Amino acid sequence: MRRLAFATALATLLTTPALAGKVFVSNERGNTVTVLDTDTWEVLTEFAAGNRPRGITASPDGKKLYVCASDDDVVRVFDTATYDELYTLPSGPDPELFVLHPSGNPLYIANEDDNLVTVTDTETHTILAEIPVGVEPEGMGISPDGKYVVNTSETTNMAHFIDTETFEIVQNTLVDQRPRFAQYSADGKHLFVSAEIGGTVSVINPDGGEIEHKISFAVPGIAPELLQPVGVRVTSDGKKIFVALGPSNRVALINGETFEVEKYLLVGQRVWQLAFDADETFLYTTNGNSNDVSIIDVAAEKVVKSVQVGQQPWGVVVVSD
Amino acid sequence: MMRWLVAILFAIGALARPALAVEVTAAIQRVDYPTLLPVSRLDLRPDDLGFAGGLLATEDNQTTGRFMGQTYALETAASPPETALATFEALQAKGLRFFAVQARMPELLAIADAAAPDTVIFNTLAPDTALRSDQCRGNILHVVPSRKMKTDAVAQFLIWKKWPKWALIHGSHPEDRALADSYRASAAKFGARITDALEFTDTGGARRTDSGHVQVQRQLPLFSQPLDGAEVIVTADEADVFATYLPYHTWSPALIVGSAGLRPLSWHPALEAWGATQFQNRFEKLTNRYMRAEDYNAWLALRVLGEAVTRTGGADPAAIRAYALSDKFELAAFKGQKLTFRPWNGQLRQPILLADGRITLSVSPQEGFLHQRSLLDTMGLDQPESACTAFTK
Repeated sequence: MRRLAFATALATLLTTPALAGKVFVSNERGNTVTVLDTDTWEVLTEFAAGNRPRGITASPDGKKLYVCASDDDVVRVFDTATYDELYTLPSGPDPELFVLHPSGNPLYIANEDDNLVTVTDTETHTILAEIPVGVEPEGMGISPDGKYVVNTSETTNMAHFIDTETFEIVQNTLVDQRPRFAQYSADGKHLFVSAEIGGTVSVINPDGGEIEHKISFAVPGIAPELLQPVGVRVTSDGKKIFVALGPSNRVALINGETFEVEKYLLVGQRVWQLAFDADETFLYTTNGNSNDVSIIDVAAEKVVKSVQVGQQPWGVVVVSD
Repeated sequence: MMRWLVAILFAIGALARPALAVEVTAAIQRVDYPTLLPVSRLDLRPDDLGFAGGLLATEDNQTTGRFMGQTYALETAASPPETALATFEALQAKGLRFFAVQARMPELLAIADAAAPDTVIFNTLAPDTALRSDQCRGNILHVVPSRKMKTDAVAQFLIWKKWPKWALIHGSHPEDRALADSYRASAAKFGARITDALEFTDTGGARRTDSGHVQVQRQLPLFSQPLDGAEVIVTADEADVFATYLPYHTWSPALIVGSAGLRPLSWHPALEAWGATQFQNRFEKLTNRYMRAEDYNAWLALRVLGEAVTRTGGADPAAIRAYALSDKFELAAFKGQKLTFRPWNGQLRQPILLADGRITLSVSPQEGFLHQRSLLDTMGLDQPESACTAFTK
């Protein structure tokens, strides 16, 4: 028995990431946030987070957790250590997804029902600008230098590039049906936009907005209409791109140089959003229909565990201690 | 001075606009047929039925058009069937070339046959199979599902449930009999068996008056006694005469599907999957009511137009029609997959919702029904079954 415990401890030591931390998962139907320990992958707690929590992110110092409480029309801010609600930020109506400026201020929020992007100052708690965009804004990405924020509008089918100084739209790229997510590569040279109903990920050159490549998906035995790309994450070396494929219950792994799909990893049901931990050892996926999170070993390119969370997990962010 | 300023502003405005601004005006033409009150007052027809969906689509198109140098406008017109053609001709005289028409087959065909060349007509109401087959017209694109798509949707669900034995009750109106025939064809297509059939003759009646329910409770069991033992009763009642009364009033306990109970619909206000919640929210904010299938169909028609204008960069009716029918066209419409047109008869492929009035119970096509082209082609007229040649000539 002792030997078994020792072996387990050793195995844990070998597989745990160097940086300890917490995984925060927003549960859209449960109105809660579930917290996992990145060392043990045990659920630490689940706390109330307002009505219909969806988009979730953290301040650069890891101390504050931001949650879009869509049906409360606010962003709720929590302490990542105590889980206490600190205050709320004005977000405009129906905030769905947002992105924080790399400096931690401001927050750029997609207002799904009102065709707006709201810019909120995280220090003064005031709205700096409201930018009219296309119908049903959702995806929000920011360039690594913080100069451009990109919003995708799901019914207009565009990526809107917004200048973060003037709050003006400077260019638009028409993509395939229902763009859900926008993600820059760490070097700022590529912007990835997923189109859920179009079934593609457009690789866009942010300089000029041309589509340079379109990634498509195919899995034998899976109806093509189930391959619905949503969340996109890219390793900071640009070599691996992960794309969540919704109701096909798979995450695609794409070669960052050739843009060819190399693997499909089987995860939980209706996978939408993805988040790396701090050193990109593991990738966490939210599986909305099986109410769990799958954990992918990034180097081994394998799913290593799944953990039950709250009702209909939507977004995920990892904070290191 | 002021005049100069205005002139300068005007010039700047003109410069800032893209060189080739596209202006797109569409019409929604609705034919109002004389009808009795619906069986349930929850189904009372709002005055803006259909128009409201078109208004939302025009707003959606306009929001996109702002980034593309395109502007959209909408005209609406309602008329009784006798003046439907005159109403259409008046709209056509204004130069309109895009029409979403909410009419039954005779008026729809009269309009299509009177249309100028290069007119695009979207059928948002008529479910007739003939319109997708030997009576098809090259200038009509059908965004409304056909009767056959809907009866196939119900049949697939019942087969998936392994409930292949059905009884059938149909009304006495021609559209009820056509619907019953469609259910018979769907049963044959998917391997179900209709064990018994009854016709409910519309003799008029008290409908929902003070004592109406008493009569219903006494009479419907007797009427349905010949179907004693039937577990699934398919109802074909497009005229809305009896089916809504049937659940719980049958002789023996039975599930009701078709025109009551589990119903095949192109839209339902309780749908919330696939981003539908935000779409329902936008509609309800605009109109202060729930979205009906007629509104969704009108929205679909004008979004097909908007999407084709966005992608082709123009509003030439022939180019719009060609693009919509091409394999490049796809439309996201809150049904979980892209909608496309069947190039052999101009029918928009789409999933069919199965709803009980409270929630979406299921969506067809069902798992396990396969097709070499598109799973959506397991519902409705497939290419070899359609006698339409207007699209392939």
